[in-house]
Amino acid sequence: MFGNFFHKMASPPWFYRISGKLIPWVGAICALLLLYGLYGALVLAPADYQQGDSFRIIYIHVPAAWMSLFIYVLMAVCGVITLVWRMKMAEVVLITSAPIGAAFTFLALVTGSLWGKPMWGTWWVWDGRLTSELILLFLYLGVIALHNAIEDRQTAAKAVAILAIVGVVNVPIIHYSVEWWSTLHQGPTITKLDKPSIHIDMLIPLLVMALAFKLYYVVAMLMRARVELLERERNSKWAKEMLGEL
Amino acid sequence: MSLAEFLNMGGYAVYVWTSYGIAAVVLIANLVIPMQKHRLVVARLRRRFRQEQNPQ
Repeated sequence: MFGNFFHKMASPPWFYRISGKLIPWVGAICALLLLYGLYGALVLAPADYQQGDSFRIIYIHVPAAWMSLFIYVLMAVCGVITLVWRMKMAEVVLITSAPIGAAFTFLALVTGSLWGKPMWGTWWVWDGRLTSELILLFLYLGVIALHNAIEDRQTAAKAVAILAIVGVVNVPIIHYSVEWWSTLHQGPTITKLDKPSIHIDMLIPLLVMALAFKLYYVVAMLMRARVELLERERNSKWAKEMLGEL
Repeated sequence: MSLAEFLNMGGYAVYVWTSYGIAAVVLIANLVIPMQKHRLVVARLRRRFRQEQNPQ
């Protein structure tokens, strides 16, 4: 069944049609989760015993940072599929994910800075975690710039795929940076297993926000992918038929 | 908890609300941009197809 699904997803007209139907539903679920997540984050969760209410930035910061890593890994996977199987849809997902990944990385950096100022007394330090996350932002921007710079579509796809794959080495560096190097950035604190473990009223909104951000990514990526597909396939029969019925 | 207390965020209002505000702007922009682009591309392609069907 999954094989069939992916086979269909690889077909541009099918992807365009199904994504058009999916977007409102996924968007609605995402909006509901976001509302509940924000309520939990700003109202239900108790203030932190050390950081007071400033810790509420975590509900944007951590899900954004998780997404910045998730999207990059997904782009690298798409890069492999592009190079090995030359699947057109993988190319489209790769390139349309880049601006969204860049947006999440930017948010992780900015909210981290806004959190760092009251807690650490500084907006920025050149430590492992912050520097490697900044490099991630440059990798995203690099993918976008490289894609725009190369005229020939096949060459551009290959170049971007290679950059995405090579850049993925940065992902484990970001993840383990707080354990490898001493730093101002706090270590892993979202845990139920170690002490001090996170309070359940703090944890639930965080997981809800993380899920909402993931669904947001699906919606934003599908919307961009549809535009990209229409432009690429503007001379195809399906595009003409589709626009006839719109 | 009063509304003023809520908005004050234990004295961290500037940092907390700026974070949430920037996130809102960035996330909304990332939906509006492809929406507008989609409308533009559809309009442009429609015009082209129409011209192809009835060339003057």
